[in-house]
Amino acid sequence: MMSGQTGPVCVVLIALLVLWYVGAVFMNAPTQIDRYDRADQTWTAGQLIEDTLAQDRPILPAPHQVAVEMYKTIFAIKITSKRSLVYHSWVTLSSTLLGFGIGTLLGVLLAVGIVHVMTLEKSLMPWVISSQTIPILAIAPMIIVVLGAIGIKGLVPKAVISTYLCFFPVTISMVKGLRSPQVIQLDLMRTYNASKWQTFWQLRLPSAMPYLFASLKVAIAISLVGAIVGELPTGAQAGLGARLLAGSYYGQTIQIWSALLTAAFVAAILVVIVGWCERRVLVRMGVKS
Amino acid sequence: MTLKQVVNNVAEMPASKKAVVDINKLSLTFQTADGPVYALSDVDLTIEEGDFVSFIGPSGCGKTTLLRVIADLEQATGGDISINGVTPHEAREKRAYGYVFQAPALLPWRSIERNVTLPLEIMEISKEERVKRAQEALKLVELNGFEKKFPWQLSGGMQQRASIARALSFDADLLLMDEPFGALDEIVRDHLNEQLLKLWARTNKTVAFVTHSIPEAVYLSTKIVVMSPRPGRIIDVIETNFPNDRTLDIRETPEFLEIAHRVREGLRAGHSNDE
Repeated sequence: MMSGQTGPVCVVLIALLVLWYVGAVFMNAPTQIDRYDRADQTWTAGQLIEDTLAQDRPILPAPHQVAVEMYKTIFAIKITSKRSLVYHSWVTLSSTLLGFGIGTLLGVLLAVGIVHVMTLEKSLMPWVISSQTIPILAIAPMIIVVLGAIGIKGLVPKAVISTYLCFFPVTISMVKGLRSPQVIQLDLMRTYNASKWQTFWQLRLPSAMPYLFASLKVAIAISLVGAIVGELPTGAQAGLGARLLAGSYYGQTIQIWSALLTAAFVAAILVVIVGWCERRVLVRMGVKS
Repeated sequence: MTLKQVVNNVAEMPASKKAVVDINKLSLTFQTADGPVYALSDVDLTIEEGDFVSFIGPSGCGKTTLLRVIADLEQATGGDISINGVTPHEAREKRAYGYVFQAPALLPWRSIERNVTLPLEIMEISKEERVKRAQEALKLVELNGFEKKFPWQLSGGMQQRASIARALSFDADLLLMDEPFGALDEIVRDHLNEQLLKLWARTNKTVAFVTHSIPEAVYLSTKIVVMSPRPGRIIDVIETNFPNDRTLDIRETPEFLEIAHRVREGLRAGHSNDE
């Protein structure tokens, strides 16, 4: 399966890189020409291209500039340094994972309640859905400020924002998953006089596993988004969100893009890890591989 | 063996054996948006210990509903029913019966053995005992050697046998089977019918068996209950007297054909009623 995918993925990657370089040249050319004019310098097309891809603060940095910056800030600096992307990634990752853990637990518990108690479905479900209609950018600063006011700072407020985002897909999928057993399977449990609890463990929960993992992939990715958004209003102390914000304060586009790509890589790795767990669990559950 | 010895009417039979299922004037009406549906009306029936009773009739005649009432999966709206002298609900709580559904309904994430031990786990029987009983039950349906396989690795007929093993695993005296072989081809079906009959003769269980196949009903049963739809009711009860160790060959005998004919007549009479 991997070998079948590698080719197409590489083609898309190369196409993106080409587009990116062309875009970088065109976006950065006006300021570069400006610079030539002010210095009364003559220039050729080749020189222009070379210079547009090597600016200090380009409008759109070239891929290799971002790559060099990422190499420097990930591998060449001690990871305890405030400039290390590993350090900032860890700050973001820790609140992502905490938020993801709590969000998943909350999402599953809500789903279990909604599936088993009729009144909970009527009373909770509208709130679950309307919670997601509020833009996270609007509510994130509120959460930071309110929690800050009662003395909770640092990791937890960011994790709360991640939780707020990621419980939702888990609840929706788990409600569907826990209701996925067929009538005949539920009847079977009834003939054994199985308790609700036994039916839950032996039938509903295993049936819901594929639904759970599908939602976990979404949840882990938006959990990371939540953590980054949560870092923006804190005054940019640490984390990938802080790097993004600091970069935009000082016009450090290369730094912004490095942080951005790092966030994307972290998200991709997290999704891959969830996918790997999914395969492990489903194989143990006898799914055809 | 004359026809008179083979075919007897219920009324003429001595009521010496213990009644496992006793049904009196049972009725069940479903309230639907289109008005009431009379699924069962005025059903009287006694199933005795060791009986193999088949319920046969066209779809909508309430045969499955009747089985589900016995199993406490539906509640009757009138009349009386008792299983081993108690209500269906109490009987279900005591795990008085094993139920085999139309589809195998195996849990796909459990191996065959773990599917068979599912009811035992729910009944909180020790692991050692569970494995022992699963072995015995799988042996009864000739599935030993397939313990570690997952359901998708087995054919439809084998899956249904596994579901029978599951119903046998906790050794209830009453086996309720709802068209268990309905989805299988005729060759597999014949084979499973033979196996089921052997199993019944060996274990001396009481079996209630829903089918819409006349040969199947006649071949398997000691008592055939012919039912008719709208409202679902019993129109004939036929007792047979074939030897317990009968083989599929009896389907060629005049006695067999005579009973099959009577069943078919009953079905036809029931059908003409609503035209």
